Amino acid sequence: MAARAIRLDPRDNVAVVTADVRVGDLIDAGGIQVRATEPVPRGGKVALTAIPSGEPVVRYGEEIGLATQAIAPGQHVHTHNLGGRK
Amino acid sequence: MSGDFTFEGWRRPDGRIGIRNHCLVLPTVVCAAGVVREVGRRLPDVVVIEHPHGCGRAGPDIGLQLKTLAGIVENPNVGGAILVGLGCEPVSVGLLQAVLADNKKPLRGIVIQETGGSQKTADKVEAMAREMLTELAAMPRERGAAADLTVALECGGSDTFSGMTANPAVGKAVDRLVAMGGTAILSETTEMIGALGPLLRRAENAEVAASLKQIVDRQEEVTRQILGPLADRALAPGNVESGLSTIAEKSLGCITKGGSSPIREVLGYAQRPSKQGLVVMDTPGYDAESITGMAAAGAQAIIFTTGRGSPAGFPIAPVIKVSSNSEIYRAMADDIDIDAGQVLSGKTLDEVGEEILALLLRVARGENTKAEVNRQEVFAIAQTHQAL
Repeated sequence: MAARAIRLDPRDNVAVVTADVRVGDLIDAGGIQVRATEPVPRGGKVALTAIPSGEPVVRYGEEIGLATQAIAPGQHVHTHNLGGRK
Repeated sequence: MSGDFTFEGWRRPDGRIGIRNHCLVLPTVVCAAGVVREVGRRLPDVVVIEHPHGCGRAGPDIGLQLKTLAGIVENPNVGGAILVGLGCEPVSVGLLQAVLADNKKPLRGIVIQETGGSQKTADKVEAMAREMLTELAAMPRERGAAADLTVALECGGSDTFSGMTANPAVGKAVDRLVAMGGTAILSETTEMIGALGPLLRRAENAEVAASLKQIVDRQEEVTRQILGPLADRALAPGNVESGLSTIAEKSLGCITKGGSSPIREVLGYAQRPSKQGLVVMDTPGYDAESITGMAAAGAQAIIFTTGRGSPAGFPIAPVIKVSSNSEIYRAMADDIDIDAGQVLSGKTLDEVGEEILALLLRVARGENTKAEVNRQEVFAIAQTHQAL
């Protein structure tokens, strides 16, 4: 069974996982599925699409910051690759 | 439920209705804290507030302290109050009584330096409080409705789920309350940084939008001055551990507590709303200072969401605690009233919002919240300058 992630708005390019996810787990975010390429802890964000470096990370349908490096679908998105807009 | 959202409260001389009928013993200055603590030990039915204010500051902070303490006395949940001062402080009993000149509820004052010291003052305050408790117990009840309620909204110890479970569930309850004519105060300007866009879209008019932009821009500037390059991460360590990455992410989740109603007014700290519906108050993100400001503005109840498990209550207003996840609800069962983590296991936001509204009604009808049972009371007034 796929792990569950919650995507709040159709514009979001990340979703929040409701349980710890391991490498290789299939994650279902309300119809969009990605395979985890790294572990994502419960409550963490997983990228649903490719997000180029410098591009907005979107949650709640709003920008929550910019990718500080290129992020691939299935990667964990947190303070190591997401920064606030200066 | 909206057909019968009524409760038996206490009508105050200014027309507002309380859902509690507290006898408040309030020091005007930190130096009276020991006296009020002693009175609280002797009379557990009295509400005492210990605080570090009343002296050592100047200018705008003295004004904020006066306005806030006066607002707390005027809060409709307070039936009557006894002010206890030392005698040489700027926020004196006489000055606070002058600010409260139009207040018609039972109000007494006593000054330690004129009463023979701490023990004699405690004895006299105890006698005054016994008399006041008898007077308050005889006050008639009067029916109130949703339109008589002002509810403060707060989050403390947020986690990544706060913005998708507890906060939007509170937002659903607020939408219902506002539709019935009630008022809700959204605060914590620090937690609006990065969320200005969605807030401006909800401003009722251009004036409200301009005020929102002004308070959020100013708070962002202050945050940058204090934190420098870390400003974008103005998060507590617990926030980051739980999965929140940026202040904008936390803020966007935070403002969902306000629901979807138009924002009608922007209030200064401790300022009483002049409109019904959803209003915003300019407060720090620090929860103790934020809820104190909203209670001073007249909020009779506080709905407080938490992901990490805050136990905070407030001396004169019941605090309803809503957890963002079921683990913390179970781990802090003594402190949390409602588990919005059920949204993660299949309940809808509307269902949890309905639970919150139903509990608000029971609390207005007299049921104690867990924070009231625990007497977990925090109180702090927002300050703008250092102590002198």
